[in-house]
Amino acid sequence: MSVRAMQRPVIAHARWRARVVLGLLLFTFAVLIARAVYLQGMHNDFLQQKGESRYSRVLEMPATRGMITDRNRDPLAISTPVESVWATPSALDLGAENIRPLARLLEMSPTELAKKLADPQRDFVFLKRHLPPEDAAKVMALGVPGISLQREYRRYYPGGELFSHLVGFTDVDDKGQEGLELALESEIAGKPGSRRVIRDRRGYIIEDVESIRKPQDGRDTVLSIDARIQNIAFRELKNALSQHQAKAGGVVVLDALTGEILALANLPTYNPNNRGNLDPKRMRNRAVTDLFEPGSTLKPFTAATALEAGLFRSDTVIQTGNGTLTIGTATIHDAHPAGALTVAQVIQKSSNVGAAKMALALPSVKMWEMFNGVGFGALPNAGFPGEAKGRLRPHAGWKPIEQATMSYGHGISVSLLQLAHAYMVFASDGEIRPLSLFRREGPAEATRVMSAVTAQQVRKMLELAVLPGGTAPKAQVAGYRVGGKTGTAHKLDGASYAANKYVGSFVGLAPASAPRLIVAVMIDEPTTGGYYGGVVAAPAFSNVMAGALRLLGVKPDAPLNNVILPPPSAPEIREEV
Amino acid sequence: MARLNLILLAALVVCALSVVTSQHRARKLYIELQKEQEVARKLEVEFGQLQLEQSTWAMHSRIEKIAGGQLMMRVPPTTRIQVLPTEVTQ
Repeated sequence: MSVRAMQRPVIAHARWRARVVLGLLLFTFAVLIARAVYLQGMHNDFLQQKGESRYSRVLEMPATRGMITDRNRDPLAISTPVESVWATPSALDLGAENIRPLARLLEMSPTELAKKLADPQRDFVFLKRHLPPEDAAKVMALGVPGISLQREYRRYYPGGELFSHLVGFTDVDDKGQEGLELALESEIAGKPGSRRVIRDRRGYIIEDVESIRKPQDGRDTVLSIDARIQNIAFRELKNALSQHQAKAGGVVVLDALTGEILALANLPTYNPNNRGNLDPKRMRNRAVTDLFEPGSTLKPFTAATALEAGLFRSDTVIQTGNGTLTIGTATIHDAHPAGALTVAQVIQKSSNVGAAKMALALPSVKMWEMFNGVGFGALPNAGFPGEAKGRLRPHAGWKPIEQATMSYGHGISVSLLQLAHAYMVFASDGEIRPLSLFRREGPAEATRVMSAVTAQQVRKMLELAVLPGGTAPKAQVAGYRVGGKTGTAHKLDGASYAANKYVGSFVGLAPASAPRLIVAVMIDEPTTGGYYGGVVAAPAFSNVMAGALRLLGVKPDAPLNNVILPPPSAPEIREEV
Repeated sequence: MARLNLILLAALVVCALSVVTSQHRARKLYIELQKEQEVARKLEVEFGQLQLEQSTWAMHSRIEKIAGGQLMMRVPPTTRIQVLPTEVTQ
């Protein structure tokens, strides 16, 4: 065999092997490249995420709910941070020696605690919500593994029951449930933010990577309410209710210059800080959501319509005869026959027949325009959820008897807030301004409803009603000229009037020379000590008005000895209901 | 050439070390910031609680109760009030 012959097969053999090896190598290389492309290009996001999750964390950044304050920035609702204690039963290592102290700190029995932790499969159990931060710190000081804290916010209401109808309350998750807390939810609720950080092995944050969303604190809201006046209104309402054993009541105080609501008190009430057993009856903001037939408090509007139409003057004599007036099959009564009365005396004495006679001389559209103009049958739009619209039927369907009864406030229903608002036309010379529950800088734009002369004339009549000889001498205020009107009405019980259930009310303004405040008082179902508006509501009106005028520093427009009460022996002033 | 390389190497080492120290300092300062922010949060909590406390103590009904009950204060009767006009009459 030659050398060549010997070598050839070897080389051939080696070449074949080398190709295989090369091929394998190239193939493996291609696989690696493919894998790398896959990992780097297509599977990248997932891997990056996995990697980051080893060191980066997204932290929630809580935002606080805005405060609700009164007009002088006294807080009515504040959120303060509290801690909620939670546990992971699956990871919890609760030694026997820790159960008792933990249960004691959480104010529950050891068995109760054990029950909460019974299911070892669960990852999250609230042990106790809303603990004060100091108490929560004590819990953490026990050093039990598997127990953590979560920061939450709890709402406190320093004003308590005084403001509960207005402000409302939030639930355990700090979401508005009632009142303004509900109405303003979108504005005062904070929007929590979050940020991404890098944490080291010991849990320290070492770097802020990015802010994903900035937390937005809720906006503080300033109400038009004056806490001092609210306090007076609430106190006087409480006194009136206990004195007359009444079922419910309300007081509204308005600023006659700006249309702001300075106080709005209701009884019965509840404590928003203790939401254990809430009775829906106590939660209603009656002055805003409940309707009642106002009775004689509407007579001034009838008189104003009559004066505006030019058919009557303040001293036009109306013959009320023996105090009855028959229209069709129905008869209207006065409490006592008064004979001939001027328009001013009809208001002063609160004569139903007089008011009805005026109304019957007027076209129904004029009366409707007046009632509608002062806001009856329309939403007050003060900014409270669930405001009542009231009932004012279209004038086309009015029968004469209906027009007559409406002239003294029957067959029409209004809320106390609407009634107070309507009296603004007499206070601000025939103009009316929209109501507001929020503090205004300067008065809102006014709408003219009647001429200034008419408004001033009716104001004079209202002044007569609180002087001796009128229906409410108890509404007088020392040092100020006051004008107002009583109202007493049977309560509607279904479709008919209840024989011995009444609503006594009083609406008035002061000082009469340049009105600054309007106060409306309503007492629902007084049972002892009379039921006339002049007896049950007028004294409360007088006290609220006197206190509020003093607080606001309104200049007296009368000598201080102006209050003249009729002697106790004088006959009781009654008005027909 | 070699000298230039050495100088560049030295510069590189210096830069690298300063990066390390500044990074370290940044982290330390950041931890400091965290602590301060924690303090700020605590103060905020305290502020809220104090505000709450203030408004609870300063409730108008409570002031009224103390003024009338403990301090025996009352609104003077109208017979004892003298109103003085603000403008001096000539």
